Amino acid sequence: MYQILKKQTLNANTKLMVIDAPHVARKAEPGQFIILRVSEDGERIPLTIAEYNRETGAVTIIFQEVGATTIALGALNEGDCLHDFVGPLGKASELEGLKKVAVVGGGLGCAIAYPQAKKLHEMGCEVDLIAGFRNKDIIILEDEMRAASTNLYIVTDDGSNGRKALVTEVLKELIDAGNQYDAVIAIGPMIMMKFVAETTRPYGIKTIVSMNTIMVDGTGMCGCCRLTVGGETKFACVDGPDFDGHLVDFDSAMRRSAMYKAQEKQAVERREAHCNLFKMEVK
Amino acid sequence: MANMNPNKVPMPEQAPNVRNKNFDEVTLGYTPEMAIEEAQRCLNCKHKPCISGCPVQVKIPEFIALVAEGKFLEAAAKIKETSALPAVCGRVCPQETQCEQKCVRGIKGEAVAIGRLERFVADYARAHGEEKASKPAPNGHKCAIIGAGPAGLTCAGDLARMGYQVTVFEALHIAGGVLMYGIPEFRLPKEIVQKEIDTLKDLGVEFVLNFVVGRSETIDELFEDGYEAIFVGSGAGLPTFMGVPGENANGVYSANEYLTRINLMKAYQNDAETPIFHARKIAVVGGGNVAMDAARCAKRMGADDVYIVYRRSENELPARLEEIHHAKEEGVVFKFLTAPLEVLVDENYNVTGLKCQQMELGEPDESGRRRPVPVEGSEFTLDLDCVIAAIGTTPNPLIRHTTPGLDTNRKGCIIADDEHGITSKEGVFAGGDAVTGAATVILAMGAGKRAAAAMDEYIKSKQ
Repeated sequence: MYQILKKQTLNANTKLMVIDAPHVARKAEPGQFIILRVSEDGERIPLTIAEYNRETGAVTIIFQEVGATTIALGALNEGDCLHDFVGPLGKASELEGLKKVAVVGGGLGCAIAYPQAKKLHEMGCEVDLIAGFRNKDIIILEDEMRAASTNLYIVTDDGSNGRKALVTEVLKELIDAGNQYDAVIAIGPMIMMKFVAETTRPYGIKTIVSMNTIMVDGTGMCGCCRLTVGGETKFACVDGPDFDGHLVDFDSAMRRSAMYKAQEKQAVERREAHCNLFKMEVK
Repeated sequence: MANMNPNKVPMPEQAPNVRNKNFDEVTLGYTPEMAIEEAQRCLNCKHKPCISGCPVQVKIPEFIALVAEGKFLEAAAKIKETSALPAVCGRVCPQETQCEQKCVRGIKGEAVAIGRLERFVADYARAHGEEKASKPAPNGHKCAIIGAGPAGLTCAGDLARMGYQVTVFEALHIAGGVLMYGIPEFRLPKEIVQKEIDTLKDLGVEFVLNFVVGRSETIDELFEDGYEAIFVGSGAGLPTFMGVPGENANGVYSANEYLTRINLMKAYQNDAETPIFHARKIAVVGGGNVAMDAARCAKRMGADDVYIVYRRSENELPARLEEIHHAKEEGVVFKFLTAPLEVLVDENYNVTGLKCQQMELGEPDESGRRRPVPVEGSEFTLDLDCVIAAIGTTPNPLIRHTTPGLDTNRKGCIIADDEHGITSKEGVFAGGDAVTGAATVILAMGAGKRAAAAMDEYIKSKQ
């Protein structure tokens, strides 16, 4: 079993958990993900590895409580166990040889962008980290991101924290100001990654995106996570999750991501009904 | 005197219009009386042609003779001498192209129902206190098995019986491989598979779940951990798609995904957390057992119209006869000589139909089957909201990408000799779909069995 060693609330609906999973910690690299099940008969969901400690065997995940499974996960506490936790899955990000990089994180994507920035920073790479959030209340990992970057730019959609801007505006300004990036790494909602890729395309800067598709097994068996990259069908779980942002067909990927929206909503409602009953029983 | 009835004793089954709405097992199995009656049809031929048709050489006439005498537990023990999973094989083997094809009774009439008898015996033994397997004396050597599917389970069982300490590494959260995620409950109840796995545990086999060899650890690291020989039975999991426009639309599944959601993740149960698309009109492209499983699941999930779209004719269908027969009875409509051209979608990228083309059979191709060729101007459209591609799978790339020195062919299959499963890498053996590409449960079991013997020989030769 995979015990929850630590649980921390990052913002209203985003939580961090440290899980005891030595098999995963031993091999994990930035860019890789795990698949977990909260309980027997639970759904398998992929989450990116936010941090790992090879000595203690601990793996950190950060998640937003948006669906039935993540809500169930968020309801667990330190000392509780997850039913399943498998990984590391997917290919590690290729960061070798990069000297100057812009890392762009959007919302929860910052949790995934952070380990990449950290690794690059440790490798001696110059890292400009641009983090975008809807408002100041949901900003996460600010101190960690500052420590893992050369320059940190936090922007919000509503201007409630410093500057009101989109991450793409900041990125464009930095490029136009003469910063020569070896690569731009964009991690966040697909729509943000799409526009980051469109921003860098005219400059011809290599742009790496992390595709958080729907998955079932996560090991190359079901093909649920397939997407079109450069006209070819690729599987995010074994060929990715990192891809060349200039080649990804984001529009079709976004449509596939919405495939179960109605059912996910129902599952949350079902869970809420179930939970209230449960609360009544224990009273 | 043998029972000379030219026909098999029929096996009771759920009525088609009842069973196509539930996931309970379709066929109900013989009663002891039926089994004895059927067993008496066996002529007990001296040259035992049936055994030569069995990939794991079950001692068929001997176990059938025991059934005829009513000695069912002894019959079960006889099968278990050579086969690790009789309750599974009795249900999913293509007997008509194996043991039963060689049966002398098949020359004039129907072959002896070897598969049904095997199933009966295994089920009887399970229900009537079959002796629990006991852990053999350890021989002090360790073997690792990668993948808990039919090949791996068979290899693990044989090695454990020889006294090896066996660890099975499985990527998914339960053991069983395709027996769990692929073959549906109504054809192979999961309880039966679990029981077979429990038997291996009784023999001392250790199962490590949620462990992806190639990611969690590599094969070379397993050797460093002290495993002396390793069997790769990682299967052929990577689905092939049709290569037609629209195939990434919402509502297009690989059969693997559709079946995994239903079988492994239990999406057929109302309170399951894993979602599935409840389609009304579904086409399954392909003609193998997997296609039949997907089509029959779709019917049970409440679809009104379920089509099998197959580009050759009925004669070329690769599925087991029983599956085709059952699918037809359950209301699946077969569109033979039909090839998919394009998945049609609406503005939200949801499936609305499948544009197809009529085919006719031309000259034989390299497989010896007549090649389907398009009929000019024969395009037509099926109105659909879901398309399932069941046109095959290729070996999972993880092991080959992470194991230096392990040779594979251009299709990605591990190169291993058929007799022993020996690969290009010392101490590594392989078998099942990882070597052959998508094939059957029993062929994988045969390969696992032969590899176990070769691994034993290899480890002994090093001492």
